[in-house]
Amino acid sequence: MDAFDTQMAKAFESFSPHMRELGFEVVSVVHGVCVAKIAYRPEFVGDPASGVLHGGLVTSLLDSAGGAAVLSALHEPITLATLDLRIDYLRPAPPGKPLLARVECYKATKHVAFTRGVAYDASECDPVAAMAATYMLHTRKIRSAEKTA
Amino acid sequence: MSSAERYIADLRQTGDFARVLALIPYARYLGLSVDLVDGDPITKLPADPKLIGNPVLGALHGGTVGALLESAAVFKLLWESSSDAVPKTINITVDYLQSAKAGLDTFARASITKHGRRVANVQVRAWQREEGRPIAAAHAHFLLKSSVT
Repeated sequence: MDAFDTQMAKAFESFSPHMRELGFEVVSVVHGVCVAKIAYRPEFVGDPASGVLHGGLVTSLLDSAGGAAVLSALHEPITLATLDLRIDYLRPAPPGKPLLARVECYKATKHVAFTRGVAYDASECDPVAAMAATYMLHTRKIRSAEKTA
Repeated sequence: MSSAERYIADLRQTGDFARVLALIPYARYLGLSVDLVDGDPITKLPADPKLIGNPVLGALHGGTVGALLESAAVFKLLWESSSDAVPKTINITVDYLQSAKAGLDTFARASITKHGRRVANVQVRAWQREEGRPIAAAHAHFLLKSSVT
């Protein structure tokens, strides 16, 4: 992680009220690949009988990790907005464990960036969910770098 | 009959979504509520500063919009499906149509496109000011059996 990636990771964790609220943590972000984490909390549960996390939380984690991956790939502080996001739920997220995501930005054009990734608990080879998302770039002119993310 | 099945049977009798919502921690966390409008469940995500994804744009986090859409689809199935099992999301694709204002309530209405024996295809739209100006749309597949056989 270079200075840009480190600063951007910090911005992602602190800039967005919802990400602060969820305890979103960037584990690493480098060369267009972001690994991020959210700790398990009882209020994030979707199925009270099993304690499995709600799909909405998985969506929030993957959406934000994807955004960070795009900025890392472009390596410049621009604004972006999610255009679409698909999630396949492969298995339940086990109760009590933190949820991780690894998302890569594998292509960026002038206007659109393409990402794919997984959410997992122990190993990314045994994912909880798979995602593919696209992001629109330069959605708003910005005045200073700190207004990114 | 499991406790979940009992709650679903009870919901279809009474139309009282509040009892079901109270059981789902993440729905409580988001503050979701459901109103029957002409017999059709409309799910509401109330305006809340903790759901802001981008404070510069004053926009809702995309993940919370995704959670609203997925939840609205589940509530529609709980209300109308002939299956007794809690629907499990197989996958969901969310299209973000415009930035959702964090200061406004957001609503979602689902329609069941195809209801098979094992799988249902559901489309959902979310809006803020006018239903005719959606801020996001989704389509999702749900598994309707409690166990895959």
